Amino acid sequence: MQQSEILNKITQKFPKIEETKCLEGSFKDYTLAIQVNADEILPICEFLKTNEELCFDSLMCLSGVDLKDYMKVVYHLYSYKHNHKLTINVVLNHDNSVVNSVSRIWKTANWHEREVYDLLGIKFEGHPDLRRILLPQDWVGHPLRKDYVHTPDQYD
Amino acid sequence: MGIILDKLPYVTEKIPGGKIILTSADYFINWSRSSSLWPLTFGLACCAIEMMCAYASRFDFDRFGVFPRPTPRQADVMLVAGTITKKMASRIKLLYEQMPEPKFVISMGSCSNTGGPFYDSYSVVKGIDKVIPVDVYVAGCPPRPENLMYAVIKLQEKIKKASLCNKVKS
Repeated sequence: MQQSEILNKITQKFPKIEETKCLEGSFKDYTLAIQVNADEILPICEFLKTNEELCFDSLMCLSGVDLKDYMKVVYHLYSYKHNHKLTINVVLNHDNSVVNSVSRIWKTANWHEREVYDLLGIKFEGHPDLRRILLPQDWVGHPLRKDYVHTPDQYD
Repeated sequence: MGIILDKLPYVTEKIPGGKIILTSADYFINWSRSSSLWPLTFGLACCAIEMMCAYASRFDFDRFGVFPRPTPRQADVMLVAGTITKKMASRIKLLYEQMPEPKFVISMGSCSNTGGPFYDSYSVVKGIDKVIPVDVYVAGCPPRPENLMYAVIKLQEKIKKASLCNKVKS
């Protein structure tokens, strides 16, 4: 399916959604990116997975970004059935960085969300087991946040 | 590697059917310790690849008696090969404490010596000597197997200086 068709399909169901424009125009392997509000992520992901023509059955990557002014969660989706891709951006505030968990829809999201929580402190509501995954359990703070200040310990 | 008789302080005595060699306890114990340095099998990062290469046929550490053991109870030397994260530090300390005396540590590579390229990281220990005592440091990122071989030889030299009266001095 062409990228414009994918966008049409999504906007038919969710008219508020807009495409995130790429700064440098379109690259050779440019993939369609859409901007989604944090409270809408669950119904949209549910739709993207279950719709017959879209059928995004794989969450390739779930990542978190701290851009100093705001935070972002980025979902890279792929359809094995139709061989097309989609990127979803969710913009969050530093103070209230909470988004609904998609681990119910794609099992892959479970550990990815734990990693984003561990390093960036973004909370995923409805996650079955939101613990730290890489750092020690007693770690204080989230080190990849721009406002993180590291206090030296016995190993520094 | 047999006993090098030229360097051995020994006396031979003839008995019916052969000879008895009498030697010093220090020399004999040090010889046996230094020629069977069994390291603990574990690697932490890319240095472990060089370490495995050193055990394998081209460099063949078995000829020094360096032969990896899968349990700390049978190990004499700990080869710390790779980046030590703060989460791993306590586990390494536990493994070190489980090794029987006398025990030695070779710190292999920049990460293990000082933290290396991860010196500014929030999660990396700035040198394994903050956790356990180290006998030989090997520089390099990662060190070549020849470099590790030199470290083993240096450790053997150190062990040979030890005496039953004194503990090993660095």
